[in-house]
Amino acid sequence: MSLLIYGTITSIILALYAAGFSLAYGISGLANFAHGALYILTGYSVWTFLNQIGLPYFLSALLSVIIIGFLGFALYWGLLLRVRGVPLAELIVTFAAGIAILELLMWKGFYGIQYSLPLFVRGGVKLGGVAVDYQRLFVIGTGIVLVVLLYLFVHHTKIGLAFRGMAQNERTALSVGIESDWIGSLSLAAGSALAAVAAVVVLPLGVMESAIGYEVLIYALAVAIIGGLESTPGMILGSFIIGFGQVATAKYLGPKWMIIVPLVAIILVLAVRPSGLFGQFKELEERI
Amino acid sequence: MAEIEARYRKKRLDRGIKARADTIFAIASRREILYLILPRVLPVILLLSLPFLLPVYWGKVLVYACIYGLLALSWDFLAACGLFSLGQAFFLGIGAYIAGGLSYYFHWSPFITLPIATIGGGVISAALLSPVVRLRGVYFAMVTLMLPMLFMKMIETTGLLGGTHGLSALKPFPAGWTGTYLVIGLFWVCLFLFRRIINEDYGLVLRAIRDDDRAVMSAAINIYWRKIQALFIAGAVGSFAGAFMTHHYQFVGMSAFALDFSILPVAAVTLGGPGTFAGAALGSMILVPLSEALRALGGMRMAIYCVILILSVIALPEGIFHYIERKYHQFEKLVRVG
Repeated sequence: MSLLIYGTITSIILALYAAGFSLAYGISGLANFAHGALYILTGYSVWTFLNQIGLPYFLSALLSVIIIGFLGFALYWGLLLRVRGVPLAELIVTFAAGIAILELLMWKGFYGIQYSLPLFVRGGVKLGGVAVDYQRLFVIGTGIVLVVLLYLFVHHTKIGLAFRGMAQNERTALSVGIESDWIGSLSLAAGSALAAVAAVVVLPLGVMESAIGYEVLIYALAVAIIGGLESTPGMILGSFIIGFGQVATAKYLGPKWMIIVPLVAIILVLAVRPSGLFGQFKELEERI
Repeated sequence: MAEIEARYRKKRLDRGIKARADTIFAIASRREILYLILPRVLPVILLLSLPFLLPVYWGKVLVYACIYGLLALSWDFLAACGLFSLGQAFFLGIGAYIAGGLSYYFHWSPFITLPIATIGGGVISAALLSPVVRLRGVYFAMVTLMLPMLFMKMIETTGLLGGTHGLSALKPFPAGWTGTYLVIGLFWVCLFLFRRIINEDYGLVLRAIRDDDRAVMSAAINIYWRKIQALFIAGAVGSFAGAFMTHHYQFVGMSAFALDFSILPVAAVTLGGPGTFAGAALGSMILVPLSEALRALGGMRMAIYCVILILSVIALPEGIFHYIERKYHQFEKLVRVG
């Protein structure tokens, strides 16, 4: 039972990590390697609003999500626009920007126990004999709500449909008047904002430090590779595979082996289905 | 954006001496011979004599620059066949830990552990990455980025091979210049060997895989096997750098998998100019001393690298070496349009 519950929680946390990365990559083909850095930056920004400026928790979280979204937007127009179309240059730029953010935070001495976000609500409940605190339930709720909202957004709004158009065929999308740069920057902004949302709900569960930023990036990449980058079901399935794999490994082999799970999962999936579990043929062509 | 009417354009022409030196006249006069040989020989002589000229501290920096230079060369070699690695630290770490383990547990001398670590590191890197050679571009980069971090975590959590403390008191190189000249020599050998290989038939196939892998497949060449070979070569070079570093500092620890070793070679190649190997060498010879000069800034160093990296990708995408090469071979003049 505890395996089931904590497996679900871990999986949803992983899905939250991966959602933003997967969204931005699926739409505009931009691999945002600054994803983990933006995640940690959100934590820092919430902390600053909360403790230095003294805003209420909800407001500071909301402000941080908006700011990080804008940062993603600015990243596109400021840096990525100049190297657009050269995937490796895009990758270098986002990766370097991410490391620069993380290293600056570390240099400013941003680690230690005093930098942690408070829980939304203290306490917890017992589910089938397993104690679960409210924050983790909140994570599950956020995950489900986000996925539903995302689905509605990309299927029923104009911008969402433009997103999907870009994802399916950029040139055709251009020819029906969808401006590629505009949608690309919006997708990066949305991806960054999703990273920020994940940070707001997940970070109170643990400590905040720069190393987490790299971890988030790694998990987002692993989930993306396993699931297939463009498909939401694939992303969710990928995070459940890694999540349950990790919880089961921690239970039966010991927590120190948890870190191997993503790598083994990637290698197994690639051996069986190189396009990822839900990848389309188009994706297969891109990958191998 | 308002269009500015162009009245002049830049015209580039090969210098006469370049045209002559490309042909049989290369050996016709001393001038042409010098034109061909000087750019190759001067840097070699310079680097070989530097250990005598520099103070001890900067001598150490030079060794460091050569280690990073080897990593950058190996990165450039992988990039030449379309494998874009963000995890050079992985190759370095594998080599470092093989040499360190052999030296720590069996007390073998560097001259036995270095070859073993080089070959073994190449084999292990190629074997571990062989399931993912099917991936291209960004996907391959993702996996290589993960590998060193996972290895670091594994050593940290399982406590194998010294765990967080690392292995210390390893066998050093014999006193004197042996170590320094070993790494400088290997650096030059790799540079010229890679430049040669990439223009042979073998390298032609590798570059073709980068440009259009399907065309290569349809020529009945097994591209996965070629990629694994390239991984072996690059992995061996990276592992040598790691094994050398281990014996040079007589210590190996988790820092061998640190991100510095992944990001600096990429920065060096992008600054120096990708695809030429000379650019990779030049870039690391610029960046590593620069990093030493910036040492006072402490943790800011990585951030500054990243800024240099971003600037060089955006502002000078061709890299320094391509620029110099063009100026050496060609002259430019403005001609009137119309």
